This record gives sequence, C-alpha cells and structure tokens, in this order.
Amino acid sequence: MKSQRLQRVLVTSASSLLAVFVALCICAVILLITGKDPIQAYSTLFGAAGDIKVLQGTLNRATPLMISAAAVAIGFKMNLFNIGVEGQMRVALLATAVAGAAIDLPAPLHILFSLVVAMATGAIWAAFAGWLKVKRGVNEVISTIMLNFVALSLVAWAFKSFFTADNAPGVLLAKTKELPPSAWFPDIVERRLNGMFFIAILVLVLFYVLVWKTKFGFQLRASGANPGAARVTGVNPKRMVMISMLMSGALAGLVGMRALLGDVHAYQNNLAEQQGFNGIAVALLGRNHPLGIFISALLFGYLGEASGRLQLEDIPKEITTIMTGIIVLAVVIINEAVKRWDDKRIQHKAALALATRVVAE
Amino acid sequence: MKFLQTLSVARRTIFLSLGFMLVLSAVRLITNADDITSSGTISSTMRVATPILLAGLAGLWAERVGIVNIGIEGMMIIGTWFGGYGAWKWGSWAGIALAIIAGSLVGLLHALATVRFNVNHVVSGIAINILAAGATEYLSIIFFKGQKGGGESQSPTGKGGYGEFDMPFLTGGRVGSWRSPDILGWIERKHDLPLLPDLAGFARGLLSDVYVPTLLAIALVPLTGYILWRTRFGLRLRSSGESPQAGESLGVPINRLRYQAMAVSGGLAGFAGAYLSCVFTSTYRQGQTGGQGYIGLATTIFGNWNPFGVLRGAILFGFPTALKFRDEKNVPALLLVVATVLVVVAIISFTRQKQILAMGLLFGSALSATTYFLVDEVPQEFVAATPYIVTILVLVGAQQQLRPPAHAGAPYRAGENH
Repeated sequence: MKSQRLQRVLVTSASSLLAVFVALCICAVILLITGKDPIQAYSTLFGAAGDIKVLQGTLNRATPLMISAAAVAIGFKMNLFNIGVEGQMRVALLATAVAGAAIDLPAPLHILFSLVVAMATGAIWAAFAGWLKVKRGVNEVISTIMLNFVALSLVAWAFKSFFTADNAPGVLLAKTKELPPSAWFPDIVERRLNGMFFIAILVLVLFYVLVWKTKFGFQLRASGANPGAARVTGVNPKRMVMISMLMSGALAGLVGMRALLGDVHAYQNNLAEQQGFNGIAVALLGRNHPLGIFISALLFGYLGEASGRLQLEDIPKEITTIMTGIIVLAVVIINEAVKRWDDKRIQHKAALALATRVVAE
Repeated sequence: MKFLQTLSVARRTIFLSLGFMLVLSAVRLITNADDITSSGTISSTMRVATPILLAGLAGLWAERVGIVNIGIEGMMIIGTWFGGYGAWKWGSWAGIALAIIAGSLVGLLHALATVRFNVNHVVSGIAINILAAGATEYLSIIFFKGQKGGGESQSPTGKGGYGEFDMPFLTGGRVGSWRSPDILGWIERKHDLPLLPDLAGFARGLLSDVYVPTLLAIALVPLTGYILWRTRFGLRLRSSGESPQAGESLGVPINRLRYQAMAVSGGLAGFAGAYLSCVFTSTYRQGQTGGQGYIGLATTIFGNWNPFGVLRGAILFGFPTALKFRDEKNVPALLLVVATVLVVVAIISFTRQKQILAMGLLFGSALSATTYFLVDEVPQEFVAATPYIVTILVLVGAQQQLRPPAHAGAPYRAGENH
C-alpha cells in the first residue's frame, strides 16, 4: 500500500512538472515566432534565482497566492467552485481598512482584530453564494461570478462616497484613512518580505490538518469523491456546501491582508487586484494539496517577481501571463490523460492477477 | 397571464416591449426626462447592446451543445485585439472577419480541452481568460508599440468603413442624392402627446444611424432561432446539450457537433470583441471588454437560453448604460420605471397566490420610488452592477421558469455509458 501511495505522489508531481515544461516549450515557440530569443529570455528569467532580493520578493508575492489557493482548494475538494475569491477579498479589504482605522487597540490585538474582521466579511460575502446554492439551487460558478462584479461596484461606490480620506499633500491616489501603526503587520525583511508569509504557511498547515486529519475533512473529501455515498453515510450535503463556502470566504478575506496590513496600510483602488483570481491557477497546478500549493505559489510568485527583468532585454514580461494560462490548461489536460492511463493500468493489473490465479488453480 | 404563455417567444418579446414602452411613456410625461425614449437613446442602446447580444448568443450556442463557456470574456478580448489589428491594416470589416476567425480558433481550443480531453469546462474557460489577457498584452507590445498612434496597450486608429444605414422616408435617409423627409422625427418632437412620440422615437432609433454590423448582429437572432429549432443540424446540436447519450445512441456525431458549435460560439464572441474595437470605437484598448463577456453570460441565463430572450436581455442591460452616455440626469427616471414594473409584476404574483413575493416586490417598488425622490443622480457603479444583480434576482425568483440545457457542463465521453 505504501509503495502505491508513493507511486501516486510521484505520478502527480511528474504530471505537474510536465505541464510546466510543456508551457515553457510552447512559450519558447511563441517567443521564436515573434522574433525573440527564448534561450536569452529563459536565462534572464531563471538567472534571477540567485539574487536574494528576488527570492525575498518571491516569498512575498507567494503569500497571498497561497492563501487564495487554499480558499479555492477547500471548495474544489468537494467539487465546489468558488470563483468569487476576488470579490470576497475586495469586500473584506475595504471593511478591514475602515474598521481597523476606526478603533484603537494595542499592537497584537489590533492585528488580530483586523484579521478577524477580514475573515468575517469575506465569509459573509461568500455566504450569499452558499445561500443561493443551498436554498435556491443556483450554480455557484454563476452566482460567484455575478457577485464578484457586484462586490467590485459596491466597494468602489462605498469607497468613493463615504470612506475616502483627505489626502496628505503630494499624494494623488485616493485612499481611506490610514491604519494606525499598531495594526501594521511587521516585516521580516524591511519592505521586501512581510510577516504575513507565516500566516500563509499556518493557513496551509491548518488546511492540511483540517482536510486530511479531521472528520469534517473526511466528509468534505467524501462529498467530492462520491456525493451519493457520502449522503448515505449521513453527510448533509447542504451543510457541507454552506460550511466550505464560509471557510473559503473567510480565507478569501485574508488574501488581501498582506497588501493592506503589511504594505499600503490603507484601502485604495486596485489594491491586491487579481490576487483572488490567481489563486485558482495556483490551486489547479498544486492539485489542491498544501505542499503542491506551496510549490506552485512559489513558482508563480517567482515568475511575477523575475518577469520585470525580461523588460530590460526588450522581451515583453506578459509572456509570463501567457505561461500561466498555458500551465493551467496543460496541467488539467495532462491530469486527465494520466488518470485515464492509470485507470487502464489498474484494470490491466487486475485482469492479469485474475488470469494468473485461474491458471494456478 | 396565461395569455402571455401561449404566445411564441418572438411575439412575447414584441408584446412585452410594447408594455414596457407604455411604462416608459408614462414616466417620460411625469418626469419630463424626454431622453428616455428619444431616438438617440434607442439607437445608442442598440449600439451598447450589440456586443452584449453577440456575447449572449455565444453563450447560447455553447450551452445548447452542452458546453459551459466561461471563456467568452477571453474570446472577446482576442476579438478586440484582432479587430483592432485588422481595422488598422485594412479597415473595419477586415477587422471583424479576422476577429471572428481568431475567436473561432479559441472556441475550438476550448472544445479541444473539454471534448477531447474532458477537462472541466469552468477550469478550461478560466485558463482561456488568463491566456487571452496575456496573449493580447504580449501581441500589443510586439505589433502596436512604436507605431503611429499605437502603444503598449492600444492599437493605432482603425480605418473604419463599417457603414451606416438610414431608412428613407421614415427617418430621413437618402434616396440617391435626394434627402427624403424624416416622418418619424417629426412625430417624435411632439413631446406633449402620450405614447405616440415614444413609439416614433423607438422606431426611429431602430431605423436611423444604424451601424451595419448591428443589423447583422440582430439578424443573427432569428437566424440562430431558425438553425437551432428548425433544422436537423439544430435538433442534433440541442440533443447534445440535453442528453448526449441519447443522441449518440441514435447515431448523432456528438463530438463533431460540439466542435462546430464551439467554433460558432467563439466566432460570435470574437465578433462581439471586434464590435468594440472597430465599430463602437476605432481603436483596440487593453481592458476594453470590461467584463462584457460575463454580462453576455448573464444574458444567456436571463434570456432562458433562447435567442429572443437573449436579445431582450441585451437591450435591457444596455439601456441604462446608453441612457447614462446620453445624459446622466435621465438615469434617476429609470427608478420610476423599475418601481412601475415591480408593481405590475407584484399584481401578477398576487393573482398567482404568491402573496409573500408580491409583498416583497411592492416593498422594492416603494423603495425604488422613494429613492427617486431623494437622489439627484444614480451612481455609475449601480448602473454597472445592474445586469449582475438582475441576473441573481432572476435566478432566485424565477428559477422554475428557467430551463437550461439539461447536460450543459456535465462531463461526457463518447461511448462511455453503454
């Protein structure tokens, strides 16, 4: 049994690696066609890995990705698509920025309070989608997409109408009132790596424990793998949908906190933009497993951090966005192909075992 | 309301539009917001609604064959880029053609992933959206940067030449070199009359200064209806969305149909994108679609997976935006329109013994009317969020009436279920 499990892990990681490799190859072709040198591009892109500053930036960028990937993965585990992480994050960002600036607390408590507000508001926004699915049977993909846009408009309107603070002289970008320093999440490396990184690691560890070591996690995975069987053993599917949606939303609320508490210390438009969406790609490449998510988040964080260097060589850094899209598509296609191959192999093995037994008898 | 249900969808569309016009006319007389039914607003609505309509039809073709297409936005983005490129090099029609081809290819990519490799439809759609955004930004830097008028996120100005159309005699179009009278325009200016100027404005809006691509898009509505409901190809295509196993057992080539329908879907989305970059404006700009692909998806749902329903949704969703483009001050009048419509729906619900729903609707109506008297302008964000909120409300309140293709989005592999 042990060796079979090891085999599965190897097959899974190999297929993810293969997806990345395929994406690199396709992007090399794209670079060639458009008259750029792929070898130069990749040596610039990956040559940056030795730079300690780039590595710190990578971890910093990986922080929100890990959290949003965990938010997405918890739904994926039971075939629930929360496309709404971005919207839940936006609502939580504004709510936390406003609530955090409104009160006065000693440092650790203030941070804790902010994180709790973020998780609560994210969960509340996600609860809409959960309620729609449980009570009205509305597909969560549709409802979360729609709610994303509603959140975007609502937050933009509320920010503009009620919460824009008077600017300090010389500052053009509109912001909310700045959070007091007691709510700032401390940096590990000044201006380069924020301490929220540890929170992200903690989220992944808790995610592992919750999904693989608790009864709830077992029920969650069971609902995903075989909803019929799960229901027969007494798992309430509606309750599972609601709980995982709430958890996913709570994590989504945390996604923007590195940018808010650790960097800008006030809400502004386009703060932490896209970080909720990007978690989907990370979760897919990481196969919804904490370790996989960690490694994929590092990869995407690295691509984001190092892509700036491409521009110095006159190569558009957007090639890394193309790469991300191809990786996502390649990883799901390869997974599907591997699954088919694996099914066939197991069938073949069983048939063989059966045949040898018949012969032996 | 039994009567309404017995009408065909096309007739119901006309009937409902007339009723809606009556409401608009009444509100216009009360509020003096003459622009809410002016021909200018109507033709502006048609222009705003065209890309939404095309995106909605793209969603319809995909879902009718059984494939959920979250990638419409991405296909539209590809369409805006190739539309901008073609319009810059050769002119608008070349841009549209190029965008349709490019969109179809992306549609086929989605089909390849979902049909050949059985990838989850939503995941593939998300990947396509990421890919499309990255690809267009990359291509812009390669092709547009450094060109005259172009840049990293914008194409040089297109050559134009998509053509406009004016109906002779009714709206003052030209016959040869002679300018015919503008009869509808004359009626439209009689603002004190009820309904008549509104109808004239409506008709004039539909018939004057019409972009030819808009006409083409509107013609696609009955054409889609005809192909999907009146031809053998359409019957087979829909069978693939309802029950592919049943179709397969009758010898319907499900997979081939799915590729074909996805090529059409992608082409429509590409057209929608090109409309933005070489008809509605004359340059490609990064982020031009601004989520209209998703509004299209919402329209597919709102329109109950029916082309005429999609048209209705596109016009409804385009209307507030068009009104805002014309004159910000007219938008609050819409609140009265909403209030009136809600009262009508409440009365219908009441006669159907749905008292709680009716009370809720009346409350909404009162809220809407009160807001009208309290505010001077409706924030732009509310206008932007309307399509999404309406779609959620429809999904909540009218779920029983909605009938999506039974098998849309479900995994399917040929020959697996025998």
